[in-house]
Amino acid sequence: MSNLVEIRNLTFSYGERPILSGIGMDFPRGKVIAVMGGSGSGKTTILRLIGGQLQPGSGEITIDGEVVDAGNASRMYAMRRKMGMLFQHGALFTDLSVFDNVAFPLREHTDLPDAILRDLVLMKLHAVGLRNAAQLMPAEISGGMARRVALARAIALDPQLIMYDEPFAGLDPISLGIAARLIRRLNDVLGSTSILVSHDVNESFQIADYVYFLSQGKIVAHGTPAAMRESSDPYVRQFVLAEADGPVPFHYPGTTLARDLGLETLVDPAAIKGRKR
Amino acid sequence: MIAALLENLGRTSRTTVTGVGYATRMLFRIIRASGGLWRRPRLVTDQVHFIGNYSLIIVGISGLFVGFVLGLQGYYTLNKYGSEQALGLLVALSLVRELGPVVTALLFAGRAGTSLTAEIGLMKAGEQLSAMEMMAVDPIQRVVAPRFWAGVIAMPLLAALFSALGVMGGYLVGVKLIGVDEGAFWSQMQGGVDLWNDIANGVIKSAIFGVAVTFIALYQGFESQPTPEGVARATTRTVVFASLTVLFLDFLLTALMFN
Repeated sequence: MSNLVEIRNLTFSYGERPILSGIGMDFPRGKVIAVMGGSGSGKTTILRLIGGQLQPGSGEITIDGEVVDAGNASRMYAMRRKMGMLFQHGALFTDLSVFDNVAFPLREHTDLPDAILRDLVLMKLHAVGLRNAAQLMPAEISGGMARRVALARAIALDPQLIMYDEPFAGLDPISLGIAARLIRRLNDVLGSTSILVSHDVNESFQIADYVYFLSQGKIVAHGTPAAMRESSDPYVRQFVLAEADGPVPFHYPGTTLARDLGLETLVDPAAIKGRKR
Repeated sequence: MIAALLENLGRTSRTTVTGVGYATRMLFRIIRASGGLWRRPRLVTDQVHFIGNYSLIIVGISGLFVGFVLGLQGYYTLNKYGSEQALGLLVALSLVRELGPVVTALLFAGRAGTSLTAEIGLMKAGEQLSAMEMMAVDPIQRVVAPRFWAGVIAMPLLAALFSALGVMGGYLVGVKLIGVDEGAFWSQMQGGVDLWNDIANGVIKSAIFGVAVTFIALYQGFESQPTPEGVARATTRTVVFASLTVLFLDFLLTALMFN
């Protein structure tokens, strides 16, 4: 089977509010796949559904041929041992040092002797360039460094699948470049499959093999980064070129300015159309 | 008007029943997840150390001052009947049967309980619990269950400390300050305090308070909204619910234990 993760006809809603409707995606082994879209488009929800932290309304997700069933906790914990996830702000354990954060999954899931565990942790930290920061506490390192420590922790058990939730958000240009290169390099070295959720076009296009664009819970476009750059799809164009107005309107739908200022008394048909959207 | 009232009543009832359901389910999850702690007792002992430390000073000082006041008030009352020799007995029984477990539980809720709620709530807000889940580690087993049992173990120890220091406080005020006979103070206490009916029941009481207060604190943290405001509200709820629960349970247990 060439796809590590497959999503078929996936729908999900928070109460009455639909988030994803009829999504289908393939994540081939060994590839870095970017899932892109504006805020609130359902990107992070997809990661949580793959990780079994949310139960889909309908549809199916399979990882390595096994169906993800969020209702079956023991099975999910077994499946999660194949996964690593980098959270948006790192989610480091604030009461543990950098070393202990990376050692945490190893201590929980293996009975390795201390000496081997130490070597493994230092190797993981070396891979992200923070071997010499091993004894620091999370409060003593920068946001970019915290993200790299979290990355070292996510790959501690050499997972088949690594998920990244907004790995570039809030990083300075240097840290951003480092993070992007690390994601690509670690994916290739470990032979894993990476799912990258982001809205940073340049970095994502630089390292991804394939891109899915989400808008309002639906896939609006997908293809290689090169194809996406050339795409004539209005949503992709607006997103890639960072245009303020387009399919995603600059103004929140509602009445017109003229009407609010009392310059127009009749109902504006465009406003009604906008409200329906 | 009536429809709105009924709607509110219905919503409140449904929310309450749902909350009780969630809480019961979480308590069972904690108990089910506790088996693994026998293999890693360090997780519990570390928490006993932390949680005990949170409350040690406040419980100790409060116990001493409550003992001072009991010494003064007890002497004032007993002296009216010429029974000031029984001051030691009065101080000890008041402490081991009632004040020790109850005041310790209230202080524990205010000190360690709020810390537990804030700690778990902030771990949730910082996605640490989600990260743990994604590392295939159950947060109930790794984070909640050790703290729960630590609270259950720490509470009777703290209550014992409270009572011991209270007795010392009563002794200092009654014997050293006012001049009650020292021999009578201790001998009346020794003769009147029963190991099972008084001390053991007090210990059972404080262990039950330990279950209630620690569980409420952990539940509130675990179910808090992952925002600064949500954690603040959860911390407040811990103090209110835990204090009321302790007072209600105290009445119930006193009625059951001491007939």
